Amino acid sequence: MILAKTGNEALAYAMKQINPDVVAAYPITPSTEIVQIFAQYVSDGKVDSEFVAVESEHSAMSACIGSAASGCRTMTATASQGLALMHEMLFIAGGLRLPIVVPIASRSLSSPLNIHGDHSDSLASRDSGWMQFFCESVQEGYDTLIQCVKIAERASLPAICAVDGFILSHCMERIETFEDKSVREFLGPYKPNWNLLDYKKPILVGPATMQDYYFEFKRSQIEGMNNALPVIEEVQEEFKQKFGRGYGVIEEYRTDDAEAVVLLMGSACGTMREAVDAMRNQGKKVGMVKLRVFRPLPHKLLKETLAKFKTVAVMDRADAVNSYGGPLFTELTSVLYDAPQRPNVLSYVYGLGGKEFSLADAATVLEQAHAGKKEDLVTYVGVR
Amino acid sequence: MARLKDLCKNPELFSSGHRACAGCGEALAVRQILLAAPQPVVGIMPTGCTEIFSSIYPHAAWQIPMIHTAFETTASTASGVVAAYNFHRKMGNIKDDIKFIGFAGDGGTYDIGFQALSGALERRHKFLYVCTDNEGYMNTGIQRSSATPYGAHTTTSPAGEVIPGKTMPRKDLMEIIIAHNPAYAGQTTVAFWNDLVTKVGKALAAEGPSFLNVLVPCPLGWQHPGNLTIEMSRLAADTCFWPIYEWENGKYKINYEPKEKKPVEEFMKPQGRFSHLFKGDAGKTIIAEAQRQIDAQWALLHKRQEAFGA
Repeated sequence: MILAKTGNEALAYAMKQINPDVVAAYPITPSTEIVQIFAQYVSDGKVDSEFVAVESEHSAMSACIGSAASGCRTMTATASQGLALMHEMLFIAGGLRLPIVVPIASRSLSSPLNIHGDHSDSLASRDSGWMQFFCESVQEGYDTLIQCVKIAERASLPAICAVDGFILSHCMERIETFEDKSVREFLGPYKPNWNLLDYKKPILVGPATMQDYYFEFKRSQIEGMNNALPVIEEVQEEFKQKFGRGYGVIEEYRTDDAEAVVLLMGSACGTMREAVDAMRNQGKKVGMVKLRVFRPLPHKLLKETLAKFKTVAVMDRADAVNSYGGPLFTELTSVLYDAPQRPNVLSYVYGLGGKEFSLADAATVLEQAHAGKKEDLVTYVGVR
Repeated sequence: MARLKDLCKNPELFSSGHRACAGCGEALAVRQILLAAPQPVVGIMPTGCTEIFSSIYPHAAWQIPMIHTAFETTASTASGVVAAYNFHRKMGNIKDDIKFIGFAGDGGTYDIGFQALSGALERRHKFLYVCTDNEGYMNTGIQRSSATPYGAHTTTSPAGEVIPGKTMPRKDLMEIIIAHNPAYAGQTTVAFWNDLVTKVGKALAAEGPSFLNVLVPCPLGWQHPGNLTIEMSRLAADTCFWPIYEWENGKYKINYEPKEKKPVEEFMKPQGRFSHLFKGDAGKTIIAEAQRQIDAQWALLHKRQEAFGA
């Protein structure tokens, strides 16, 4: 069915179709509507879910952990300070290998307070053991959230599905949705690896470990993330088979003979496509590489893909405040360190706190990438 | 009225071999509660003494399913577990009547987990929250909590040359819990095993969230010999330092009236955490003030019983 939906509406609609067993959530701008709309689905009897309107995001994630540990397909939604407040519990969900799925309307972090879109929230959680997906469009957000449930359960890892706050969460798009039944068929019933409530086989979830076992537990979790990429690719393929639409872990746009490319994530990819087209019309060999999956970092794929270009401009919608550039830039330069041929890598930070990233900004980045150099180590796009 | 003869036939669900200190009041409380609770029970606990002495991998003292997440999350994790149970019941996946008990110390309850507890009570999740209150952060090395009594020495309210230990009285948690209109709330201590198991039965039979505040002496933190745990517990009640009472259907009931109300010194004297109060005149003033607080609290509780009693 073709529907007009904002990002939040589409994510809430996907949640309705997923019909999670338990949702524990707390509202926060710009993802509030996801929770509101879902609560209405619950009140209208459109889902079987138990909805817990908790008193904070910290409690939201704690309740999600309790629920997921008790054999329930579990979701919440959040953004920004909410994800930051969950931070402690994100690591616990990751360590317990619970496949909790969280749509996020990405937003900046205080201070100063700002409610608009950037990737500071998810990227600040990058070491928490969660898979992270960044979506370019509302359609991709809808599709990815459905995929995330299957990926998370198959990989036994939690997943964040991020759409850019306001830019996508509040922007109405024409989207193609599936029948509820098809989504539920695609996902199948949740089969947990273990269940706290199975009291006939009592288990202890979340023990303390000393120097003798902690590292072994973590090593096993790390292996889980190491093995996640093939799972993601497998589910992407299954999704394509069933619904006829597909996404890669990365996507190359007009890169066939490109000399310079821009690497970025999220909604700005749409702007960048336009800018690439315009440059191509001028005969300049530029392209774009979109990274859709940030965790696990598809490092081999990134290396293979990017090492063939003369220049890669990396665009971060977050800064790590480390005097060296954004998280994507630092990770990518590390990925390319032992590439057979190392491209020039240029670092850009853009769009913090929802700062507009215009077609002209995109063109400037492409021009510099095409020239293969710029003056500053990190360029802060559009800062006055 | 439970009978020991019957209780001791129940399976031990909190195994021996755990790592609690000798004389630990908390371990006693957990064991007594699990002996009394109708099965099956699923437990939730925060980071703290109980978790550390019961659950160091690859060992576990629990014969019931148990989940530990973080320090401040007993009530919020319980909310999720209970929501999951409600879902499974609704869908017919689980047919048994499972009881849920959270075991948290005073740090995880009065302080860092306070918001989560308030939220869970307001949402009416059906579970029993037990605060095993030993009046301080004993697991991290005896720091003050908002349950630490007036005048007590802890490592973050140390008795010094100028400041004589904790200068504030403890938070009246029971009144705050009662303000949430729980299905049942009770306060007791481990010396009163029959009172404790009776309250566990009432709390678990209640339709909604219930709460028990159980004073558990801590030989390490209170600095008394491990063989005096039950004695300290009894003295807490006999001095009315720790009233034994309950709140049920809007009514207060004092479950234990000491025949002779003992002075608080008798409770304080054997404990190292109050020893600085027995070394000079300044201490006498503090003890007198502690006694005044206890008397006022005891009188107020009687007024409440009178006004909102049976």
